[in-house]
Amino acid sequence: MIPELGQGVLLVALGLALWGGAAASVGGRAGRPALIESAQHAALGVFTLVSLAFALLIYAFLAFDFSVRYVAMNTNLGTPFYYRITGVWGALEGSLVLWAWMLALYTLIVVLRQRERARELYPWALAVMFVVLAFFLLVMTVAAPPFARLSPVPANGRGLNPLLEDTGMITHPIALYLGFTGFTVPFAFAIAALVTSRVGDAWITLTRRWTITAWYFLSLGLLIGGWWSYHVLGWGGYWAWDPVENAAFMPWLTGTAFLHSVMIQERRRMLKLWNISLVILTFSLTMFGTFLTRSGVIASVHAFTQGTVGVFFLAFLALVVLASLILLAWRWYALQAQGQLDSVVSRESAFLLNNLLLVAAAFTVFFGTVFPLLSEALRGVKVSVGAPFFNQVNVPLFLGLVFLMGVGPLIAWRRASPENLRRNFLVPVALGIAGAAVFFLLGVRSAVAVLALALTLFVAATIALDVSRATRARLRGGERLLPAVGGLLTRHNRRYGGFVVHLGILLIVVGVTGSQAWSVQRESTLAVGETTELAGYRFRFDGLQANEESNHFKVVGRFSVSRNGSRPALMQPTKKFYPQETSPIAGVDYSVGFWEDLYLVLGDFTRDGRQATIKVQVNRLVTWIWIGGFVLTLGTALALLPERRRAA
Amino acid sequence: MRRSLRWLIPLSTLPVLVLLAYGFRSNPRDIPSPLIGREAPSFTLTAFTGEPISLSDHRGQVVVVNFWASWCYPACYEEAPVLEQGWQRWRERGVVVIGLDIQDTDDKAKKFIADFGLTFPNARDVTGKVSIDYGVFGVPETFFIDRGGRIRLRHVGAVTTDVFRTTVERLLTES
Amino acid sequence: MKLAWLVVLLASLTLGPPTPGLAQQPARHVEEEQVHTIATQLRCVVCQNLSVADSPSEMANQMRAVIRERLAAGQSPGEVVEYFVDKYGEWILLEPRRRGFTALVWLIPPLAVLIGLGVVALLIVRWTRRRPAPATPVRLDPVMSERIRREMEAEP
Repeated sequence: MIPELGQGVLLVALGLALWGGAAASVGGRAGRPALIESAQHAALGVFTLVSLAFALLIYAFLAFDFSVRYVAMNTNLGTPFYYRITGVWGALEGSLVLWAWMLALYTLIVVLRQRERARELYPWALAVMFVVLAFFLLVMTVAAPPFARLSPVPANGRGLNPLLEDTGMITHPIALYLGFTGFTVPFAFAIAALVTSRVGDAWITLTRRWTITAWYFLSLGLLIGGWWSYHVLGWGGYWAWDPVENAAFMPWLTGTAFLHSVMIQERRRMLKLWNISLVILTFSLTMFGTFLTRSGVIASVHAFTQGTVGVFFLAFLALVVLASLILLAWRWYALQAQGQLDSVVSRESAFLLNNLLLVAAAFTVFFGTVFPLLSEALRGVKVSVGAPFFNQVNVPLFLGLVFLMGVGPLIAWRRASPENLRRNFLVPVALGIAGAAVFFLLGVRSAVAVLALALTLFVAATIALDVSRATRARLRGGERLLPAVGGLLTRHNRRYGGFVVHLGILLIVVGVTGSQAWSVQRESTLAVGETTELAGYRFRFDGLQANEESNHFKVVGRFSVSRNGSRPALMQPTKKFYPQETSPIAGVDYSVGFWEDLYLVLGDFTRDGRQATIKVQVNRLVTWIWIGGFVLTLGTALALLPERRRAA
Repeated sequence: MRRSLRWLIPLSTLPVLVLLAYGFRSNPRDIPSPLIGREAPSFTLTAFTGEPISLSDHRGQVVVVNFWASWCYPACYEEAPVLEQGWQRWRERGVVVIGLDIQDTDDKAKKFIADFGLTFPNARDVTGKVSIDYGVFGVPETFFIDRGGRIRLRHVGAVTTDVFRTTVERLLTES
Repeated sequence: MKLAWLVVLLASLTLGPPTPGLAQQPARHVEEEQVHTIATQLRCVVCQNLSVADSPSEMANQMRAVIRERLAAGQSPGEVVEYFVDKYGEWILLEPRRRGFTALVWLIPPLAVLIGLGVVALLIVRWTRRRPAPATPVRLDPVMSERIRREMEAEP
């Protein structure tokens, strides 16, 4: 009974969403408040219904209702409690429920927060949100029904993909989807601006926080995804340039470009067309990502099983792209703004370059991702485009971006005088060059690493310079040190929030550079009692041990790890055998450190447990990436604080 | 800019959308082998029964080389009887079936052979070298080699009676 | 219990001896570094988007052994890579070739960046030219200046 109820609830929600979309757009067009009011009620209704469906699905998981196909495929009697909940969004159907639920939540928040503010834009934005919502609900009722029955009812389920049995899987999809769905709001307001021809700054001001929030969750989702890949997949890396990773990275790049280019529009009333295009692009790329993940068109580790869903997503992607761009062409003349610059050397130019590099990186990633399809379509040959390509092509772009990250915030708007340049950049540039020399003398020979670290130093110096200068100005005004810094951060929270985010990015840059340049690894086959060495560590193989867990069988390798004769620590990498999987899953054992991580993966072993192959890695500076993510969080929070403009 | 040119913007996305739609027609997991039509890589291995198996001993015969593993369930379990029947039915007409067990253990493989009562020559490719020589992605994969020693067909997944019969008959009728 | 049986079955399957290729002493000294470099260029055939260097699978293990052996036999890294392309097709290259059709994937992104740079440069130049001419001092006609003088004198 409950499955039918769930499916019915989704159907009603679909009807309500369609009604909401129609009511909001007709109400907006004819200026009839009653209709808009009705659409608002629909938003509340849809949210309630999708929440109910979500709860029913969770209930089906907790109750082991194997008569529901989705439950039977993604859980079994041995699945631990927590993973029965997270298993709800572990595969295609449930991930769509989570997605729709977040979208419904966002729609409701838009209603609650914006209804009094943008009277002209708001009904249309609401209508767009309803259309997107209706699409997801349509997919859930037609192509991928989460509550579809299975007959005959199996005694036990197949079980969750073991790779998803991890805390990272609780948080990664949530953060990622909050980011993906979050970009729907700026997109909806951009479309509303086009429809109403109010293409001024109103939609940008209204959606600033939304954009930052969506951008933040997307960043967080990417970082947690990296962390999950690092400690679960057992290949020792955090980013593989897999098509699905790329699909999440592209909207991040264009979203970042948008965050910067809106500042030019706010300041100089330029780039209206460009900003609307960027939002359309970013939202289209999130849709492209969902299409890629769920269509099976491009092979990927993260791909969900394919089905007819892909066709739906492609059709919707086509609708989004074509409809938005036709609107854009229609409003072409309203979007023309007098571009005007006072000087080539100005913050405006730096931002334009920043946008160019970010969009170029997004294009590169896109082109590389779809190139195998192009090759197959045009000449029938399957090719791969993998990490070596993406690294080589993107590294120069990223280095350029790091450089601009130092230039942009300090160079003057309109026209940077030689005095401005000297004052702001002489010391940081000198530090950067000195840093490059020091790194070289310390033995860093990779040109990319030297350049990346020197640029990082340069950017960090510009930030330090700016903060210290502003703090000193406040100290001269008679404030004490801590209140001075605090006041600086909270009063100019957008600017300094941005700086903190930049610091977080710098930490990530150092982490990525360091782990690429200095990580070492070794693979050895050891008999019990034998040792191998790597980077000052000694690893002794002490034997194997087998355990039976609730839903799998586990072989544990025991290794004593010591460094320079220190007391040995026990490390236990495992191999897990799940009945539903043909190949075993590696259980990495790692110890995380500030400078380096120890990372052990158990390979093959003999049946009697006398011999085993072990892959040991010493990964350098990876932790900086996660710290960077934390700093990024602080910066975003600061930027999102309500602006406090006290009379000085 | 000419007035009408702006409509090219939405139009320009059409090729990309068409390309993505093309993706539905291709299966990313199905990668064609470059070995079709080329001479089959030679190999010499020791059969489970102890005697040597060599591809070169079967020049002039139609050879079916099947890569399998005991853990490959269900596909390898489905095709094992098909291969055995094919071997029984066509061996007089000069068809040889050779099973190559990869990424497996000795006892499990022997048990598999015993369970299915396989009588055609079977060997373990312990180092995986032969499977790499044949460009094998996974199990099961089956290669049909003609009398001239050329690979004519690679079948991915369980071999069916139909595939076996039609391919072998076709290769036998060729001189 | 069926589950337990399956578990034991699966567990016992992979408990084979480690790949012999690993233990063999190569004929010629081969740097592990070199094996690793080649392995990072090859796509693991049983995984998705992992290189032979990164994959923990047995197949990748065997492929690394083949790389090691071919290097030990005196083949150049290029020849080793060619061997794998010969068997698996271009698909196995994680880094597409810089010649033929796949040269496009290397050429088009940099080309796009260059075009983008050109467009941005063009826009910046055009927009800087468009800035309003600095205000020229306005010439006052004698009548006007006379009036200003009178009104200023009228001030107390």
